Amino acid sequence: MKPPRLVSLRGVRPQIARIERRLFLKQGLSLGALSLLSGCTLKDDDAVDRLLFAMSRFNDRVQAALFDPAQLAPTYSEADVTTPFPFNAYYEEKDIPRIDGEDYRLRLSGLVADKRPWSLSELRALPQSSQITRLVCVEGWSAIGKWRGVALRHFLERIGADLTARYVGFKCADKYYSSIDMPSALHPQTLLALDFTDAKYGYPLRLRLPTKLGFKNSKFIGEIFVTNDYPGGYWEDKGYNWFSGS
Amino acid sequence: MVAASGADARKTIHPLFIRVTHWVNAFAIFVMVLSGWRIYNASPPFGFEFPAGFTLGGWLAGALAWHFAAMWLLALNGFAYLAYGLVSGHFRRSFLPISLRGALHDVLVACRGQLDHAPGRYNAAQRLLYIGVILAVIIAILSGLAIWKPVQLQALTALMGGYETARRVHFFAMAAIVAFLIVHIGLAVSVKGMLAPMFTGRAEAPR
Repeated sequence: MKPPRLVSLRGVRPQIARIERRLFLKQGLSLGALSLLSGCTLKDDDAVDRLLFAMSRFNDRVQAALFDPAQLAPTYSEADVTTPFPFNAYYEEKDIPRIDGEDYRLRLSGLVADKRPWSLSELRALPQSSQITRLVCVEGWSAIGKWRGVALRHFLERIGADLTARYVGFKCADKYYSSIDMPSALHPQTLLALDFTDAKYGYPLRLRLPTKLGFKNSKFIGEIFVTNDYPGGYWEDKGYNWFSGS
Repeated sequence: MVAASGADARKTIHPLFIRVTHWVNAFAIFVMVLSGWRIYNASPPFGFEFPAGFTLGGWLAGALAWHFAAMWLLALNGFAYLAYGLVSGHFRRSFLPISLRGALHDVLVACRGQLDHAPGRYNAAQRLLYIGVILAVIIAILSGLAIWKPVQLQALTALMGGYETARRVHFFAMAAIVAFLIVHIGLAVSVKGMLAPMFTGRAEAPR
């Protein structure tokens, strides 16, 4: 009947989809994370939730300002390593994803020049470094572990990632997902770890950065993406502080 | 009858600044302690948990959100209080001189229920308690920073004996504050004429 209108609608469809997605995310946050935050049983605790959420965003900015890219986390000796290292995930140990290393390919997306997937042997051919550092869990406990792999900075440079972008995100085989700020991603102790004590800690690829709490160290990574749109995370979307720096 | 002299004749024993910072601090400490208990429960370093009903936040993320919001209130209010106390001479007038022997004597007398409580003047036991709780709050804040930022503030964390020791220092600072509160609130509500001046600032008319 009115073709021009149909044409124009088709033109803005991607934008509409984006707006819808944003709205959905926002609602998810306000209904999910916000109502969980205060723990109040009051019906009208929206104001308290909003205040706590705003303070958490403020604390993100304070922590980003406090982050010194040259400050290295303390390192320890082999003798200090905690054994057995605690297993911690949002599911039980028996439910870890089993991934075949031969077929494994690391996918790349977002603001990356070379999106070619990476096999494990290709990742192992890159320069490796190791660290013995303390992992601090958001629950309060800590444990010292050893991790070895590729510096994330080196990898991001290698794939032609936009290093001026704001976020690096991780999608995992266990349906976990998280994201970190670019300065933390470029920190010299931030590793894409290939070697660690046991497969249950994230085989074949996990993130290890001692400058953030344990839950920011994604395990069983299947995809890495670079973006300027806030990607959130599994626990972050439920109300945990996003930056969670150490 | 003293009523003729009117309210104006009553001495201001708690200046407005002290009253405001006192109640802001009371709220901040309340939030910090109760949310802190919930955070403690997520991974208790000692063999017990706090009853969930006496905690704030509902779950770990909620408790952390409360804790990391109220910490600003506690720190900024505490800083204003310390600055005022040092600059105005409030600390010098109210807390000095400190005498351990005097404090012991006053505690013994108080236990027999014979301690004279002069409004506007702290006895030796009070002075020691107030200075003690101020130090406990300072240690709680410093050990809290050491736990929060063991990489960025690693010198402070090392000063606190490392991450795991800093957690325990933080716990015992809380325990000292709570112990103080039991005595402080107990006396404030049981000794006649102690609570009202913390709101009005004025001592009750002498009888």
